[in-house]
Amino acid sequence: MDHTRKIDGRFNLVGGDFTNAGEASTQLKKILQLRGVKDSYIRRASIATFEAEMNVIIYTPAGILRYDVDDESIKITVEDMGPGIEDIDLAMQEGYSTAPEWVREMGWGAGMGLPNMKKNSDVFRIDSAPGEGTTVKMIIYLNKGEQS
Amino acid sequence: MTIGDIINQLSPDSFSIEPDRDIEIKDVYVSDLLSDVMANAGEGSLWITLQTHINIVAVASMKNMPAVILVNGRKPEGETVQKAASEGIALFGTDMHAFELAGRLYNMLHG
Ligand SMILES: Nc1ncnc2c1ncn2[C@@H]1O[C@H](COP(=O)(O)OP(=O)(O)OP(=O)(O)O)[C@@H](O)[C@H]1O
Ligand SMILES: [Mg+2]
Repeated sequence: MDHTRKIDGRFNLVGGDFTNAGEASTQLKKILQLRGVKDSYIRRASIATFEAEMNVIIYTPAGILRYDVDDESIKITVEDMGPGIEDIDLAMQEGYSTAPEWVREMGWGAGMGLPNMKKNSDVFRIDSAPGEGTTVKMIIYLNKGEQS
Repeated sequence: MTIGDIINQLSPDSFSIEPDRDIEIKDVYVSDLLSDVMANAGEGSLWITLQTHINIVAVASMKNMPAVILVNGRKPEGETVQKAASEGIALFGTDMHAFELAGRLYNMLHG
């Protein structure tokens, strides 16, 4: 595969669709593997993408996930049409969750998703306002030395 | 400890694919919180949980886990079994609860 080529793609995410959760991250993972991206980057990108997918599925009616990959970086943008987040600092705190009981019974709602996204990306940005949806932007830089 | 050792010593139920018995297990993680597993479980470890729904397969595959063991006699949902088979992840089940299973595996690994 031509490594210098830029690859981008998008995924429609549907709220409540737990069955197909992980499809976007799985596809991104395959693309990165084909490009020969190092496992450690792939792992970080997959975890960050999956957590972002899950939040759209759990908290919103719909969203779009976009990815852009080139030699320098993996960029992931997830934009949703959900209720937005009132207090972003609070939402970013590990352990904070508003997940309903039935979602917690599935093992989601530990309040670790946003912290996981931040931890696994080099640049993490979240924009949100009540009634205006949420946009998460993440960048993982490639080839900037060894990292596990 | 290999997958084969686990099968021989604990005789778990097998719901998905017949796994490669030679796969070496170096670590085990016990958790029912999926984001916790993604954050803290080691690469390629074995996962003990009581979660049975399809999302456990995506989590396991993200962590390159060869197998998941369901405890308390829980059975995986149909779509979980299918997904696990297509991802090449073995799904086991046991009547033991997490503490007992973890203790047995701990002894096998470090005893
Ligand atoms: N896209 C979103 N739209 C609306 N609210 C959101 C969105 N993403 C996160 N939140 C809010 O932020 C909280 C924290 O999110 P985070 O992903 O960190 O944890 P969680 O989803 O509750 O649990 P976990 O990710 O560990 O399963 C959520 O409970 C929810 O209230
Ligand atoms: Mg979350």
